[in-house]
Amino acid sequence: MKQTITVLGAVAAAMIATSASAGTLEDVQKRGSLSCGVSTGLPGFSLQDEKGNWTGLDVDTCRAVAAAVLGDANKVRFVPLTAKERFTALQSGEIDMLSRNTTWTHTRDTSLGLNFAGVNYYDGQGFLVQKALGVKSALELDGASVCIQAGTTTELNLADYFREHGMKYSAVVFDTSDQTREGFEAARCDILTSDQSQLYAIRSKLGNPDSAMVLPEVISKEPLGPVVRQGDDAWFNIVKWTLMAQINAEEMGVTSANADQMAAGTNPGVKRLLGTEGDAGAKLGLSADWALNAVKQVGNYAEMFDRNVGPNTPLAISRGLNAQWNKGGILYAPPVR
Amino acid sequence: MADPERTQSKTAIWNDPTFRSIAFQVIAAVLIVGSIWYLFDNTMTNMERRGITTGFGFLGETSGFGILMSLIEYDETHTYGRTFLVGLLNTLLVSFLGIIAATILGFILGVARLSHNWLIAKIATVYVEVLRNLPLLLQIFFWYIAVLQTLPHPRQSFNFADSFFLNARGFYVPGPVPESGFGIVMLLFFAAIVATVFLARWAHKRQDQTGQQFPVFWSGVGLIIVVPLVVFYLLGAPMSFDYPALRGFNFQGGITIIPELIALWLALTMYTAAFIGEIVRAGIQGVSHGQTEAAHALGLRHGPTLRLVIIPQAMRIIIPPLTSQYLNLAKNSSLATAIGYPDLVGVFMGTTLNQTGQAVEIVAMTMAVYLTMSLSISAFMNWFNKRMALVER
Ligand SMILES: N[C@@H](CCC(=O)N[C@@H](CS)C(=O)NCC(=O)O)C(=O)O
Repeated sequence: MKQTITVLGAVAAAMIATSASAGTLEDVQKRGSLSCGVSTGLPGFSLQDEKGNWTGLDVDTCRAVAAAVLGDANKVRFVPLTAKERFTALQSGEIDMLSRNTTWTHTRDTSLGLNFAGVNYYDGQGFLVQKALGVKSALELDGASVCIQAGTTTELNLADYFREHGMKYSAVVFDTSDQTREGFEAARCDILTSDQSQLYAIRSKLGNPDSAMVLPEVISKEPLGPVVRQGDDAWFNIVKWTLMAQINAEEMGVTSANADQMAAGTNPGVKRLLGTEGDAGAKLGLSADWALNAVKQVGNYAEMFDRNVGPNTPLAISRGLNAQWNKGGILYAPPVR
Repeated sequence: MADPERTQSKTAIWNDPTFRSIAFQVIAAVLIVGSIWYLFDNTMTNMERRGITTGFGFLGETSGFGILMSLIEYDETHTYGRTFLVGLLNTLLVSFLGIIAATILGFILGVARLSHNWLIAKIATVYVEVLRNLPLLLQIFFWYIAVLQTLPHPRQSFNFADSFFLNARGFYVPGPVPESGFGIVMLLFFAAIVATVFLARWAHKRQDQTGQQFPVFWSGVGLIIVVPLVVFYLLGAPMSFDYPALRGFNFQGGITIIPELIALWLALTMYTAAFIGEIVRAGIQGVSHGQTEAAHALGLRHGPTLRLVIIPQAMRIIIPPLTSQYLNLAKNSSLATAIGYPDLVGVFMGTTLNQTGQAVEIVAMTMAVYLTMSLSISAFMNWFNKRMALVER
């Protein structure tokens, strides 16, 4: 139902508005808060606790933008969306940006009227199986029933993978991550498939986490990142460069703890980033301390990663692909200059 | 003496009521169609400008995703146009099954509520009051989560005579496989149906003319069931069964009835039956008792009184509200998405919309389907209503 309403909202918005999309920055400034689309609940990425506080890597990505634009990381209104609802919510203007473990694909980038502003987590699709089945590899899954979430790249990759290996499957499709997990627990299916980072989170939510295991195969590339509407380049730049600022900050050794000190220091690259030299902020239509605020209030990329999904969290994910380019990963932010 | 024709033609044409009513209707139609076209065109232009792909070209593209249940051949190499058909057929299937079952259960409930047996009447009352007051979505979840998801894993299935199996993934039944000669049986079966229709017409006419009755019902049963059955065995029973068997992860072979379909069907049936029960009760009570007494006075026994006097009149009261229950059921079937039954809304307005992003086209197509479906049910029931109404006079 909610889906229908969102869709109709998008349709109605498209019918009436002729010159909407431009000016997201002004809208956000006027409103005094950023409206950010996140998931309905996914540990490590976007999850709401009993007190209503949101945490997660995707949540922090929104907060950093709020800090850069409004100077306050807490001025965010989080809008929980299922996979099916997310794009229409963005197209219709219900949210200013989408930060909901969303894979950057060609179709989404070219035909939805949306733009991907970068990658905040490099992921890949994997499988979770009941240990009792005794399966050791995804290639033994011929004839299996698979629980998946509707409206994801997961649905498509799954079909590709089974077709490529000449195997059969039946797809049991649910709307939310919780329903998918419940279906898996109730033996409606043999395996559950989703982005690998999410498999660990889902596994940790099982009644008996030890009854299930993640298979070694990673069957796809899932670069996840924030998304904005196409046609508003100023806003696109802000979201893109806020994320880049956090990645650059890590590379340069700037953290939430030492940011003020570093800004007053001598490194010209750092000074340009943190606004004590040059006019990087002005070029984005923001104040000079845009990146300083983001890093001070939310942290650099490493802080954001460690806090939400790193080794000391229940998800215990190592940096892997998500390490800096000079540390064995592929995180590589263009320079601020 | 004025010629009536001439008097009429003297009035100015814009004062002619017939002309006026037609003219106004034409203007209204043009305005409505025009605004719809304007909105549609405007929407498309706006979407193009925002970089959103538009048009119906996507229907020919490969879908690339699997669907749990399909009445026609389908896999991920088929097109989005095909996913539309798959979803549509699944919607029609559950609506059809639901309407049949809800009607039967509803009529039983309606009659039971009027029963002189205290217990039966009370049970029916409690059923109606409880079921129609619980939200349908809740009932769907109840059947799906509380009942069907608690069934065992395939390896511990309930086994009925090694041919029927029940587990958390569905109900597995043997699938009939017709062999050579079975076509003859089917042919006989359909021929028998046609013959019975003609027989009934002939018997009706003869009774009108001579008053003689003919046992149409029993001869119909003989023609339609007994004759094909005898031929079936004479031909050496040309039909075998494909039994489901556990192979690998799941049962394979036979026919699988997925739990999503069972849950949705049960919930739609039981919910709608509660309303139909009330409609039937009201219909029967709406025929005054004097009718029964008059029929008895004419010497009609209880059965014929019910069949020839009460029911035809009750039907006139029942059919219009019954139609709206059928419409409700068809539309409510779209709650399927909540439990992942692959109906039109789930498959087409859900996954297909999401993978292609073509919201306007897909929503429009889906709305057109529900509209057509509802109008067809309405049209059929109106036709049926007219027939029933004529019987009485
Ligand atoms: N990265 C994939 C999958 C994203 C996705 O929706 N994953 C599920 C994992 S089961 C999820 O996040 N569910 C949380 C929710 O429903 O809010 C995509 O962009 O299509």
